[in-house]
Parts: sequence; C-alpha cells; structure tokens
Amino acid sequence: MTPVELLSRLFPSGHDVVAGPSNTLAGRAKLTDGAAVEVVGVTDGAPLSPETAIELAGVIIRIVQDGKKTPIVLLIDTASQRMTRRDEMLGLNEYLAHLAKVVTLAGLSGHRTVAVLYGAAAAGAFIATALAAQTLITVDGAHPSVMDLPSIARVTKLPLEVLEKKAETTPIFAPGVTPLAATGAVMENWTVADNFSDRIESALTLDASSDTRDTLGEERGGRKVAHSVALRVAAEFGKAAR
Amino acid sequence: MIPEEIVRSPSWYESSARNRISGLLDADTFREILGPAERVMSPHLELFDLPPAFDDGVIVGRGQLDGKPVAVIAQEGQFMGGTFAEVSGAKIVGLLRAVAAAAGTPNGVSAVLLLLDTGGVRLQEANAGELAVSETVRALIDVRAAGVPVIALVGGRAGAFGGGGIVTACCSHVVISEQGRISVTGPEVIETNKGAEEFDSRDRALVWRVTGGRSRVLLGGADSYVKGDVASFRAAAARSRNAAPPFTLETMAAEQERLEKRLSSYGDCRDTPEIWARAGLSDPTSVPDIDDDAFLALLSEREIKHDAR
Repeated sequence: MTPVELLSRLFPSGHDVVAGPSNTLAGRAKLTDGAAVEVVGVTDGAPLSPETAIELAGVIIRIVQDGKKTPIVLLIDTASQRMTRRDEMLGLNEYLAHLAKVVTLAGLSGHRTVAVLYGAAAAGAFIATALAAQTLITVDGAHPSVMDLPSIARVTKLPLEVLEKKAETTPIFAPGVTPLAATGAVMENWTVADNFSDRIESALTLDASSDTRDTLGEERGGRKVAHSVALRVAAEFGKAAR
Repeated sequence: MIPEEIVRSPSWYESSARNRISGLLDADTFREILGPAERVMSPHLELFDLPPAFDDGVIVGRGQLDGKPVAVIAQEGQFMGGTFAEVSGAKIVGLLRAVAAAAGTPNGVSAVLLLLDTGGVRLQEANAGELAVSETVRALIDVRAAGVPVIALVGGRAGAFGGGGIVTACCSHVVISEQGRISVTGPEVIETNKGAEEFDSRDRALVWRVTGGRSRVLLGGADSYVKGDVASFRAAAARSRNAAPPFTLETMAAEQERLEKRLSSYGDCRDTPEIWARAGLSDPTSVPDIDDDAFLALLSEREIKHDAR
C-alpha cells in the first residue's frame, strides 16, 4: 500500500500530510468527528539513518511542545537501521535511542501514540519506530522482522531448511506479522477489506497507559513465560528490601 | 606474578557478571532475585540443542552502594553473548517495572546500575528478544520519569551491541572504559552485508576507533570514562548517581540539538581522527595510543559534559 492510499483510507475526512526530508512525511489529519491527529511517517522502505531518525524526532518534539496532547499516528515503512561504518561512528545507537525516547515521551506526555506498519521494519529500526509507539497495527504488506531467516541461519550456523522447519513449530524467532503478533508485538492486523477509518478511530480510544505486550504474548501463546517471570521479579523486589 | 594493581582491583573486562556486581556494591549487600537456585531458564534453547543456563545470563537484584539502596542488572556476556531473550529480558523488565513502582516509597532505590555486556537480541529467540529490548526501553524510561537515574556501565567482552546499544543510549548516564564498545550493527554484520571495503571487521584498531570507549566519550556517546578496573567503575557509578539529567521534554529537546549539531559538524567525516582534528584536539592520531592517565587528562581539559540524554 502506498502512503497516499493508506492516508486516504485512514483519514477520509482529509489531511495535509506532505513528504519531508530524508524519506519522512508529516502533517495533520482529521478524524470523522472533526478531531485532529498528527501524522508522522517514514517511507519507501529506506534504511533508518541518523538523518531520518533525527528528522522524525524533531517533528515529534515540536508536537509535544505544542502542548495540545493531540494523538500521533506513525506510518512506518523502513528497513533495518542503515548499516555503514560512518553511521556507527557518528553514534547511530544514540539517534535510534533518541527517536525511541521521544516517541515514548509523547506517550507519557498525554499523546496517544499508534504506529501503523505498512511496509518493512527490522532490527534496531523496528525498535526505534513501530515498537516505540504504545500500540502497533499492521496492515496488508507489513513485514516486521528482527532479522531475515538467511541471516539468522548464518549467525546460528544452522541450515536454512532446518530453521524453516523449526519456524513451523514456534513463533519465537521467525519474521512476519503472524509470529510477531503471537509474541504480543502487534495489537491488530488489518486486511484490505477492513474499514481503516473506523479501526484507527477505535484504536485511538484504547487505554494504553501501561505496556501490556507481555500479557498479550502470554494470552496468544507466543511468549508463554515472559509475563510471569517479570511478575515474579517484581514481587521478589519488594521482599528483598526487607 | 600477578601485578599489584590487578590484586587491588580486578579488571572489569576479565570479570564475570557476578564478580562485577560484588566489586561494585558494598560488601555482602547484594540480594539476587530469581537466582540460579530457582532455575528460571530459557524454554527455547532446547529446540536448538543448546544448553540453557540457570540464570539465562542475566543477574538482577538489589544491594547498596555507599550505604544507599540500588537496583542492579548485569548481563553475562559469556553465556549466549549476554543476549536479550524471553527469560533474560523479562528479568530486566520485571526489575525496572518494580523500581518505577517503588519510586518514592520506602522500597525505592537511589539508582539502577545496568551492567551491559551484550551482542543484542538472541537470534534463537529473535522475536521475544526484540520485544524484550522494546519493553526494556519503555520500562527504563518509566524509571527515569519517576526520578530514578539509570546508570549504564559498559566495559565487558561482548560490548553493548544491537538493541544493547539502543538501551545504553536510553540511560541517564553512560560510564565506559577503553575496552567498552557501543554500536548498533556490529562490524562483522556490516562487513557481511556491505563488504570489507565498508567495514573491515578484522582491523581491530579501526573497530576500536569507531565503536570504542575513547571515541564514544569524545563524541558525547558516553559521559564518564574510567580505567578498566572494577573499583573505577564503582567510583564512577556512585558519582554519576547524583549528576544524571531528568527525563523531560527539555532534556529531549537538548538532546535533539546536540545530535543535530553532531551531524552538521561531523557528518562528512570518514574516520574518528578526522572528527577529533575538527574538534580541536592537538594530536588526534595519538588518541588510541596514549595511556589512560594521559587520556583522562585530555578529557579534563575539554568540556564534554552535557545534560542532554
């Protein structure tokens, strides 16, 4: 799905979202009841560079500074973080972390944050963009991943066929919407038949004040122990003080 | 014969995660949570015929530093590269959430000490590990927003790579030694994807110039540079506890400015000596070669402190 199609399906009442520098887009859209939302995005499956990350973060900081607590919808089609010596030398980790922090800050500051993944997002870029929002929605064409299977095969020194076979038995490592939804990363997956306008409006009304992705992963059976381990640690933390 | 300074304080790089913790905290104050006796292990490694560890490579708990309570998280880089996975990650996330909830109560702590030693996400549990990093980021920010500083200590064998590099830069303050390395994509992965002409991962000097502790602290990616012994890390952790920036809109706006300025000042540089020359260092090519005392003297002459993280 192109950003233009996606925007018109999400916001039939209109928007003024335009392309910005470094494969970004930004602007405002109107919900069907006339309420405003801020839209910030990354386009074209471009690897996430320091330039793109800092541009997105700058737009979001200005939205928070505005003080209106307008909901923010993030439209994401990136790739992995850009893999160059130059970017690492300049501290790409700080640029990605800054973006993740700023998106999280917006949530803490009263802006409802929802990411709509309409293309790729991988590895560190996935953490800094789509996963930093309070809620992650995937639509047709979304391809979230940590690392592709051939690369996992290389690092784990397992034949690709063996990995593909194992991926049929567990959602724990394979790329794609289904395994990531099972582990709790993706709240909802929308198909082309869905009414995106209705669905984004109802997603925006969900309470998202705490991170419940581990509970979701437990309910869906893709991450069976994370939530209970976290709860046990928290319970023991109080006892250890005495 | 073992040199006297090593007897006095062992090397952070050479120590296990458990030994780092005991050297970091006041004697006999560490109380581990879900320790090895509980055998909370990865349920996924069996699928790959890999042996699990009783602590899944992460040690969490609480103790005291200079008589004040602290929470501690330590990754053991020697087990599965100190990776973020379902169990190891949940221990980190659970502790951070408990610290945020306890802030301002009698159970609260003065700081979280995060001893990073990680290659990033454990690929055998890639989805759980990726989510664990994201949940760690969110919980860590909640801790900071509750007024509790999170201090990253980087100097282990596995460095702070992948999601570990992102988590590091989310902390309030980053302490690093010469051997500490911070990066997102590791040199080997860049070489595999883009070729040795982009990044020759066997060129150790180059890898250190790009990712190493001295480069990071000179550029602003780390805040305190320490000699590589455990006692120096302890001293820096205690000091920085009181000097960490709060997590606010103002701090993020300051970081925005700091990182924009870095791109406009050094965005066209190809190697770190070029950056250091432009930053006004009188002898930039000597930076990797001088000893720690000389490097610390060089740092103290320069104003690299910022409250923008």
